[in-house]
Amino acid sequence: MKEFLEGSMAVARAVALCRPGVISAYPITPQTHIVEELAQMVADGHLNAQFVNVESEHSAASVVLGGEAAGVRSYTATSSQGLFLMAEVVFNIAGMRLPIVMTDANRAISAPINIWNDQQDTISLRDSGWVQLYMEDLQETVDFHIMAYRLGEDKSIMLPVMVCMDGFILTHGIETVDMPSQEQVDKFLPPYKALYKLDVENPMTLGPLADPDYYLEARYAIHATHKKVLELLPKITAEYAKATGRSYNGLVEGYQIKDAERVLVAMGSVCGTIKDVVDELRAKGKKVGLLKVTCFRPFPAEQICGALKNVARVGIVDKSVSLGSYAPLAAEMKAAFFGRKKKPEIISSFVAGLGGRDITKESVKEMFSMLTQKEKACEYIDLKPELLKENYE
Amino acid sequence: MNKHLYAPGHTACAGCGQSLAVRLVMDAAGKNTIVANNTGCLEVFSTKYPESAFEVPFIHSLFENAPAVASGVEAALIHLGKKEGTNIIAEAGDGGTADIGLQSLSGMWERGHDILYICYDNEAYMNTGIQRSGLTPHLANTTTSPKGQKSSGNLRFKKPIPEIANAHGIPYVATASIGYPQDIQRKVKKALSIKGPKYLQIHVPCPLGWQFAPQASVDVGKLAVETGLYPLFEYENGQLTAVRKITPKPVEEYLKSQGRFKHLLNNPEGIAQVQAVADRNIAKYGLKAENTSA
Ligand SMILES: Cc1ncc(C[n+]2csc(CCOP(=O)(O)OP(=O)(O)O)c2C)c(N)n1
Ligand code: SF4
Ligand SMILES: [Mg+2]
Repeated sequence: MKEFLEGSMAVARAVALCRPGVISAYPITPQTHIVEELAQMVADGHLNAQFVNVESEHSAASVVLGGEAAGVRSYTATSSQGLFLMAEVVFNIAGMRLPIVMTDANRAISAPINIWNDQQDTISLRDSGWVQLYMEDLQETVDFHIMAYRLGEDKSIMLPVMVCMDGFILTHGIETVDMPSQEQVDKFLPPYKALYKLDVENPMTLGPLADPDYYLEARYAIHATHKKVLELLPKITAEYAKATGRSYNGLVEGYQIKDAERVLVAMGSVCGTIKDVVDELRAKGKKVGLLKVTCFRPFPAEQICGALKNVARVGIVDKSVSLGSYAPLAAEMKAAFFGRKKKPEIISSFVAGLGGRDITKESVKEMFSMLTQKEKACEYIDLKPELLKENYE
Repeated sequence: MNKHLYAPGHTACAGCGQSLAVRLVMDAAGKNTIVANNTGCLEVFSTKYPESAFEVPFIHSLFENAPAVASGVEAALIHLGKKEGTNIIAEAGDGGTADIGLQSLSGMWERGHDILYICYDNEAYMNTGIQRSGLTPHLANTTTSPKGQKSSGNLRFKKPIPEIANAHGIPYVATASIGYPQDIQRKVKKALSIKGPKYLQIHVPCPLGWQFAPQASVDVGKLAVETGLYPLFEYENGQLTAVRKITPKPVEEYLKSQGRFKHLLNNPEGIAQVQAVADRNIAKYGLKAENTSA
């Protein structure tokens, strides 16, 4: 049914449709509306789940780790500093192959403290073993939460999934969303059956010590499983399309790239802005396009290189940066193209939108126009030089 | 007029009890003071770049680490030979104190740093929009302990942080309230005159989160004390040395002053449960004033 919903409310509803049995989270802006909504559903008896109020994110993540280890579908949500406080547990959850789903409301990292959007928080945990999906709009966000459980819980995968949604822009934005019905979700997402769990009938040890004889294989197994995600995710999105009528690629999606000469590559809500600019520039006869990366972990290198192999000039928009090095998506794309015969002549890298600096249509146009110039290594868009205390040229 | 060490122009809500308490604390502590602050309403409303309300050195790092940061500041001052004559205050809200920052605080107490720790207790995570904390009182309505068809609010009781502080064997533990401003200042001065870790928990009514009119903050604070729901006491070296005596008022008077308890007003059972909390405090700390007829 189509409804006009705030992003956080839409996520809470989508999560409730997945019937989690254990929910635990800790307040942090701009994630909090999601768990407040879930708390209310539980308080009203509309959602049959244990809602555990904890004293920190470290415990929120640990509670869902315990819940999932005991065989119950579990859910948590956080943002920024909260995700960082969870970091130790985040890696641990993936290592234990517990298919938890977490929502991260993407927000900048302190210091200076800043509650606004960029993607530094989740990007910094890209090596944790979690699948990471970046959302463009609320409809996608709703749909991918449901698909996230289905993907993570698949017996060939058994990995946690992070659904990354831009803070405020999506969490507090209001859009029309087509909510699937409970019947549709129940049919698409069967009840969770754990492969391994804490069970007195069948005792087993989770989280054992792995000495040098075993550790390497445990890590390799996760790495290899990520490759399977690249195959499975498009199949799951196809099934979801059958169930709901909405289809996604799940890995990458091109917009006007077939004959494009200049293409921006981006993740998350900024893709909407870029599409608007593409439409405007196309109307003026400019051959521009967008490649949206939905799945950042696993990294869909083949799909990205395939989609861009005939594009002459590519610009990558990162809403995060590896300080002292390159921007993360740009670095991975350059690595993916290295040594290939067919590749863009120019791969420029742009850092934009840190700490909630608006990426306007003008900013996007500037990036498109910079693609006519020589390659940019790590160009900060909309920087205000007058605020810098030193000259860094 | 003397200049306050915590200046006006910050962005706290009108009637913010916490902001009032901070001004009292800073003026009592004096200018030779360094402040380390957890994340929370206070740090957000007082230090938005490029401005700051603090006229003393102030550092905010994260939500859960002010006691450890303050421990480092103390170590540096000792190293520099400058500790004598400098007060160090670490401070946080109730969430930063009783929940996410308790580990860091326990470490600071246990290591015996010469630091005054202040908890501004507004009984919920206010900065993020009124979620429950370990210091949210019994049956209060918050956004993560909502009243609902199957719930009458926060089912848990306030974590006994002053008692936990005492169990660390620290020399001074006290509670205070913005209902009694001079008492706050006296306790801050006394605490700072004692060497070692000190804990002061100040009840700071929050008009936004508790839902009452901004001009009522001080009165609401007083009512909490007068009903026995917020006992004011001092412990020195583990001994209870002083309490504010009261002629207890029924808790209903306090509950009806705030929207967060509105759902209890037609719920005699709920009111009785809260009364039982007050009665336990009254008995435990010997709060009842003697009937002196002389
Ligand atoms: C690790 C981490 N988790 C969550 C937050 C979000 N956060 C900032 S302030 C705050 C609540 C503060 O509550 P309290 O300590 O009671 O202070 P108050 O705002 O009520 O004065 C929260 C949850 C954060 N900054 N860092
Ligand atoms: S929400 Fe409460 S504690 Fe925060 S500034 Fe407003 S009145 Fe003060
Ligand atoms: Mg508080």
